[in-house]
Amino acid sequence: MSDSPIEFKGSAFTLSVLYMKSSDLEAVKQQLAIKIKQAPQFFNMAPLVINVARLNDPAFDFAALKAMLTSLQLIPVGISGASDEQKGPAKAAGFACLSESKTANTVPEQEHTQIRYERVEVPVEVEVPVQKPSQVLRQNLRSGQQFYARDSDLVIIGTVSNGAEVIADGSIHIYGSLRGRAIAGAKGDDSAKIFAQKIEAELVSINGHYWTSEQIDKSFYKSPGCIALDGDKLTLTKLEV
Amino acid sequence: MARIIVVTSGKGGVGKTTSSAAIGTGLALKGHKTVIVDFDVGLRNLDLIMGVERRVVYDFVNVINGESNLNQTLIKDKRVEGLYILPASQTRDKEALTKEGVQKVLDELSETFDYIICDSPAGIEQGALMALYFADEAIVVTNPEVSSVRDSDRILGILASRSKRAEEGLEPVKEHLLLTRYNPERVERGDMLSVEDVCEILAIKMIGVIPESQAVLRASNVGEPVILDENSDAGQAYLDTIERLMGNEVEYRFLSGEKKGLFKRLFGG
Ligand SMILES: Nc1ncnc2c1ncn2[C@@H]1O[C@H](COP(=O)(O)OP(=O)(O)OP(=O)(O)O)[C@@H](O)[C@H]1O
Ligand SMILES: [Mg+2]
Repeated sequence: MSDSPIEFKGSAFTLSVLYMKSSDLEAVKQQLAIKIKQAPQFFNMAPLVINVARLNDPAFDFAALKAMLTSLQLIPVGISGASDEQKGPAKAAGFACLSESKTANTVPEQEHTQIRYERVEVPVEVEVPVQKPSQVLRQNLRSGQQFYARDSDLVIIGTVSNGAEVIADGSIHIYGSLRGRAIAGAKGDDSAKIFAQKIEAELVSINGHYWTSEQIDKSFYKSPGCIALDGDKLTLTKLEV
Repeated sequence: MARIIVVTSGKGGVGKTTSSAAIGTGLALKGHKTVIVDFDVGLRNLDLIMGVERRVVYDFVNVINGESNLNQTLIKDKRVEGLYILPASQTRDKEALTKEGVQKVLDELSETFDYIICDSPAGIEQGALMALYFADEAIVVTNPEVSSVRDSDRILGILASRSKRAEEGLEPVKEHLLLTRYNPERVERGDMLSVEDVCEILAIKMIGVIPESQAVLRASNVGEPVILDENSDAGQAYLDTIERLMGNEVEYRFLSGEKKGLFKRLFGG
């Protein structure tokens, strides 16, 4: 059984649904930007379902919708309430066509704002990884190079140069010097940490909380350390027991 | 099959062309048939440093476009047996260097030459990318200052990700560090990075340290690669570099202020 690298399970996720009541993407974007400003942590890289039941626009540009949402650091995963004509173009733009569970499927009529949010349960078939293994890089990352470890920890046996950038959704371990940028917990994991054998970083960040080089404790320069998040403050501690 | 060596740096004016001319000439002096190819289309000056500018008829871009053949275009050096120059065009731009065109010319040169030295233009655009794309080895020319070291690091990243060897998953391009315009007095005063500093940051094997030298200016004024000035410090440092390129161990010179023992420990292995 465990020989297979993957396994499928059905699972229910709570996703935010964006109800579009206008196909004017510019107006929607403006409204969204205001919402995001009010709760940036909540929206950062948040997966989103877009309900298009109210759009009576057969020529609606789904690709542009996707680009607009992505530009706001949202992750559009699918649409709901699509008419049959809309489903083709939506799929072509990379949207999954979802149907919401009955209770939430009614679109309220008497709304004044263009956008409304609601948390609903959407059954979605997804791939559930047993446990994503760490990604291990056995090389130096040079200026201008970037590496992103999606949904996992990142281990680098080598140096991250000034001008290089490493990003992980989990923690980052660097067996070498960290001279460039390290961004851990990129999708919102507060427990992610950054370990490096020699800290000379340009920037370190955990779930959006960051230090630039001048904010990093000078006494750690070129020595080993661990950067973690305590509440909403970064901490830097020695790698000793 | 020729060894294709790119002389590159990212940053401009660090000594790529000076080094290409010296190293190409040095390899020919050792009896290897060598061609130095000028990839700096639009700003050619390899022919000036080699003192052959008045003999240029056709150029690299002509060969790529089929307007001339290699026999007509290669310039044979009159001082050193087995040394040739493929000059760049002064009148085209770097987009004239297409991957297919460069490959065609390098393939043909590979049939008859032992070494192909590619003198890269500065920057990380088309000309520089084409100069390094087909390389087996890279000589990364670096001056002992922060901006040059950063640019060298950038070029090393490009070698590791965008060269033909990287794209095809072959054995990586062999990287050598050539530190040029090294001025021990300024290093001691702390105005310049030391050999150790540069090696620690770039973490690649060193192949030579060329001192800042009046001889280089003199040589370029008379159109003679500085390696032919055997009595000069820079000439001797380039000769040592050739030995190391051939796989021989040679002690470093012209690093006064450095303790030899320390140096050996760091790089002698
Ligand atoms: N060791 C040295 N000592 C003194 N001057 C040097 C030395 N090496 C190079 N130079 C001088 O530095 C200048 C730039 O050298 P060169 O043309 O070889 O650099 P380059 O990297 O090819 O430049 P470009 O990026 O423009 O192609 C020239 O004036 C040259 O004489
Ligand atoms: Mg040059």
